[in-house]
Amino acid sequence: MIEVRDICFTYPNGIEALKGVSLTIRNGEFLAIMGENGAGKTTLVKHFNGLLKPTEGSVLVDGVETRKVSVATLARKVGFVFQNPDNQLFSETVEEEVAFALKNFGFEENVIERRVTWALNLLDLAQYRKTSPFMLSGGERKRVALASVLAWNPKILMLDEPTIGQDYQQKEKLRQFILQMKAQRKTTIIVTHDVEFVAECNPRVVLMRDGRIVADGEAQKILTDPEILIEASIVPPQIAQIFLQLSELGLPKDVIDVYEARKILLNVSERNE
Amino acid sequence: MSVFDGLKFRKVYSPIHNLDPRIKFVYVSAIFVAAIIFWELIPLTILFLIQVPFVILAGVKREWLRSMRGAMFLAIIIFLTNFIFRFISAGYVVIGSDLEYAFAMTLRFVVLVESFSVFFLTTSPDHLGLALEQTRIPYEFCFAFTTAVRFVPVLAEEAQTIMDAQKARGLELESGNFLKRIRNYIPILIPLIVSAIRRSLELAEAMESRAWGATKNRTNLYVLRMHRGDLVLIAITAGILATAIYIRLFFGIPSLNELLGGLV
Repeated sequence: MIEVRDICFTYPNGIEALKGVSLTIRNGEFLAIMGENGAGKTTLVKHFNGLLKPTEGSVLVDGVETRKVSVATLARKVGFVFQNPDNQLFSETVEEEVAFALKNFGFEENVIERRVTWALNLLDLAQYRKTSPFMLSGGERKRVALASVLAWNPKILMLDEPTIGQDYQQKEKLRQFILQMKAQRKTTIIVTHDVEFVAECNPRVVLMRDGRIVADGEAQKILTDPEILIEASIVPPQIAQIFLQLSELGLPKDVIDVYEARKILLNVSERNE
Repeated sequence: MSVFDGLKFRKVYSPIHNLDPRIKFVYVSAIFVAAIIFWELIPLTILFLIQVPFVILAGVKREWLRSMRGAMFLAIIIFLTNFIFRFISAGYVVIGSDLEYAFAMTLRFVVLVESFSVFFLTTSPDHLGLALEQTRIPYEFCFAFTTAVRFVPVLAEEAQTIMDAQKARGLELESGNFLKRIRNYIPILIPLIVSAIRRSLELAEAMESRAWGATKNRTNLYVLRMHRGDLVLIAITAGILATAIYIRLFFGIPSLNELLGGLV
């Protein structure tokens, strides 16, 4: 569980990135942090694994205050995949890259071997095991970065813009994987601009603007509320847009799911026949 | 990264900022030469002090102090190596003149850092590029140079992100013995170098798609002209250099130790 208690954060150059944020994330929750560029999303998640320490207030991860432990200690529990994979890839082979963190955490040799194989298979990277990560395409490098964090099986997984540069199939896999995490009562936190992806997953959404949380709740509620979305400069998902436009026909406004939309539209057409 | 901060240009207006960068460069080179030809403490101290008015006049005291602090680590190493070698060759006794020599060598380094720091703090990359161009250096080289200077802060920021990314994967930079600590930086350096190369290739492509180098004879919107201040600086520079060479050639410089009648 992550408890954020009224934190403020100011960067050394004087930019106030967080201006009083409080938030509780329970185990097994799937949370999407959304908001326009510069809203403070990445700054906020960097507090969850101790990379940043709040200027005011406190962050507790499973009851432990992040100020009191090292990033490496917290990282064992909280895995964070950065937005740009090029910020971390350095090994000669994909395999070594994925094993890097496991070695840092002192896993045994045979465990490392097993976990690397598991992570590479999970992300469709097994055929690149002995390839240099620098030879891979952008999307593949991103998956290597993800594999290198998944490998140690952290309790809380944070992904910064995980869907950028991924084709539909990979996005769908990511979604399946997050659902799996949820089933294992593991927490997943994503920072994203991808409203369509969020609409498909229907997580809890935390909407940020200018260093503050402006809305917190189910994706279905938040992504269909025009006022909140305008405030946070977010365009609703396409299905929600259609239903917002069709609301004059007496249809519900809060629809983001394809199957639900289909059901409603079929009902309407039956009624008209 | 504090050394880089000490070289980062910030746009302000001061008499020093407005000087012709070419003349400023000549001045820095003169200080450089003067610092190299002396190995005594007293003249080096004077060289150090001469530049303080420039820093104050330019209003970059804070940044300058930061660069001095950044240079501290290397300065200490220079002091220790000089002192230890002298100490050993003197037969394991501390001699006042050796101490003074080590101080002087350290101060020489500090003077060099000081003058370069003043130069970079008060000269915008654009100005610098302009100066290079107007000394008839091919535009490609000028551009490469200004781009390099401009990307220093970008790289510093990137290094920070990379450090964060690796820490998030359990890397502890401050752990282990000396060699281990150096090895800890490999996961930081490789991504930094790779992304710098990648960025330069991307930059090249982006520039070529915007017709870089299409005209052979470039003209500039701004042309550097000498003003009265520049002439004053030339005079000061010539004065410093001439005095330094004159003193070096025709005077024996007393060490502080001799002046104080020998401490040890």
